[in-house]
Amino acid sequence: MGEVDMSNKVEVTAPMASADAARETKFHTRGVQVFYGEKQALFDVDLDIYENEVTALIGPSGCGKSTYLRTLNRMNDTIDICRVKGKIELDGTDVYSDKIDVVHLRARVGMVFQKPNPFPKSIYENIAYGPRIHGIATGKEEIDQIVEESLIKASLWEEVKDRLDEPGTGLSGGQQQRLCIARAIAVQPEVILMDEPCSALDPIATARIEELIDELRDNFTIVIVTHSMQQAARVSQRTAFFHLGDLVEVGETGKIFTTPQDQRTQDYITGRFG
Amino acid sequence: MTDAVMTDVQTPDQMRRDRAARASDAVRRSLKKRYAAEARFRAYGIGAVGIAMAFIVVLFATIISSGLPAFTQSAITLNVELKQDVIDPEGTRDQSTLINANYRKLVFDTLLAEFPDVTSRRDKRALTAILSSGAAFQVQQLVTSDPSLIGQTVELSLPVAADFDLYNKGVINKGTAESDRRVSNQQMAWFDTLKERGIVESELNTTFFTNADSREPELAGILGAAMGSLLTMLVTLALSFPIGVCAAVYLEEFAPKNRLTQIIEVNINNLAAVPSIVFGLLGLAVFINFFGLPRSAPLVGGMVLALMTLPTIIIASRAALKAVPPSIREAALGLGASRMQVVTHHVLPLAMPGIMTGTIIGMAQALGETAPLLMIGMVAFIVDIPGGITDPATVLPVQVYLWADSPERAFVARTSAAIMVLLTFLIFMNALAVLLRKKFERRW
Repeated sequence: MGEVDMSNKVEVTAPMASADAARETKFHTRGVQVFYGEKQALFDVDLDIYENEVTALIGPSGCGKSTYLRTLNRMNDTIDICRVKGKIELDGTDVYSDKIDVVHLRARVGMVFQKPNPFPKSIYENIAYGPRIHGIATGKEEIDQIVEESLIKASLWEEVKDRLDEPGTGLSGGQQQRLCIARAIAVQPEVILMDEPCSALDPIATARIEELIDELRDNFTIVIVTHSMQQAARVSQRTAFFHLGDLVEVGETGKIFTTPQDQRTQDYITGRFG
Repeated sequence: MTDAVMTDVQTPDQMRRDRAARASDAVRRSLKKRYAAEARFRAYGIGAVGIAMAFIVVLFATIISSGLPAFTQSAITLNVELKQDVIDPEGTRDQSTLINANYRKLVFDTLLAEFPDVTSRRDKRALTAILSSGAAFQVQQLVTSDPSLIGQTVELSLPVAADFDLYNKGVINKGTAESDRRVSNQQMAWFDTLKERGIVESELNTTFFTNADSREPELAGILGAAMGSLLTMLVTLALSFPIGVCAAVYLEEFAPKNRLTQIIEVNINNLAAVPSIVFGLLGLAVFINFFGLPRSAPLVGGMVLALMTLPTIIIASRAALKAVPPSIREAALGLGASRMQVVTHHVLPLAMPGIMTGTIIGMAQALGETAPLLMIGMVAFIVDIPGGITDPATVLPVQVYLWADSPERAFVARTSAAIMVLLTFLIFMNALAVLLRKKFERRW
């Protein structure tokens, strides 16, 4: 997967463009502005996220990509001084309107964080927690099944099936992150947000997670923030480049990495800054 | 020319080497000084710890050495004939007759029988003073619980009066002028005679652990105060733990960070610094005078101590909540848990060991508190063991205060013994706090 080269790009440009129209828009955001107190962190971001696709958000530190990601499931709500303006629609409903309850939103839009953060409970409990609080599953058998399915989908089942009672914090970093992904999957969300999911992992664990992301694309819409451009190139179909709170450029991953339109994108992907 | 200059001035390479050598020299010279400073600092530290330990050793040694005698009690073994005509002349075995019978006479007659040559009223009185007034009470208890003993002769171990107990322990001795001590030479002689006959013995002072306070030192016990302390602590815990934890959770997890919450925060910290006697005055004015709650009761004492303990619990709980990593909160929120669920399912259980530790420390503080309880009347002399939170009661530290204030010589040892009991409780509680912390300590 993932290696983007020129020949490939030239061939697929036209068909991809037509496919654009056919794809379902999951998130439709227009004029998103985010303020932390007086400081504005995002300026008028217009970005669409398509269903069953991996969208990568790249850019130098402090460019607002994580901030944007966190507006999608309203994780910014937990920060007192944070204000969000603009239109952020999930399947046509504004997520900041009264029509969407934030708890329900987060059940639909799951999240995986930078540092693996399993609950200090057993592996089983980590995954069973989400379905249980949402009442998705009630019986023991039903939950057992969800736990197994989620772990299989997160390709962790084989490694932990004999020790589901052991604490999730006892796993290795990469396993913990896959556990967190399994935990997010267990709630059966429509979208999974990933905030630099591999930045705390070694290359082998990273490769496994990337593989996993590619597999998950069939069932979920994925938005991933990453510092690694190689990673963005490997796992994503579309890439959005953020710089100093602006969305500079967005497009097919192949296009962004080969023929960026903006000088700043060009500079960033060639490593001149960032 | 240039060559000459070069050798004079040194090549850059030489210069660098020279500078490095000089720096190394300087480091070596300063090393000695630094090590000396380090050694000095360590010596200060060891000295400080040593002094602190020495104080603790002295404190414990004093308390234990002066308190130990209180755990033994001298008793005289006498064969008391439970005469039918004294206890129950009509043979009705009526309970009130049995209770009101003249057991004093029985006991005293038995003792007097040991000294047939003592005849005058005065001497008789002086001789019977050897026995504690609790001796008659002991016989009364025996007879009322088992009336079939009437008419028989039973061997009883009867407590001696506190002064003679002290004489037996050597605290009161012939070294003091007779007029300056409470035991006369004649009484000493009688007591010595009893000892020679081998009927005086020192036994474990169980009375101390089963009785409440008494005017007679040999009958005074710690159980009343211990019960009072227990009931007071229960009230304190029942009030301060839920209120404290709720306040801490709200302030830490839900409250907006604005000026009002800042003021509240500062005032909670201030509250922790308020002298405890002020809380006592508050309790007196509000709980007793305004709400009309009973005075001297563990209920009010517990409420006052709860006020005092609250800031400790709130501050400790907030620290414990703060120590729960934000990643756990984010994880739960990201799964769609409500804020309430985040707190009750994840944050609070993880913070609980810290909260418990803080609570136990707060309770230990409350257990040792005296001043506020003096204000609400828990300093009263109470002979009954309290059975409920509205019964008049006193607590361990106040009991220490009361006994320390008593003129009887025998209360000196009992004061120290009460302190030992109090310290045992405190050490136990602190050990529990340490244990909890060790057991539930988590690393993320």
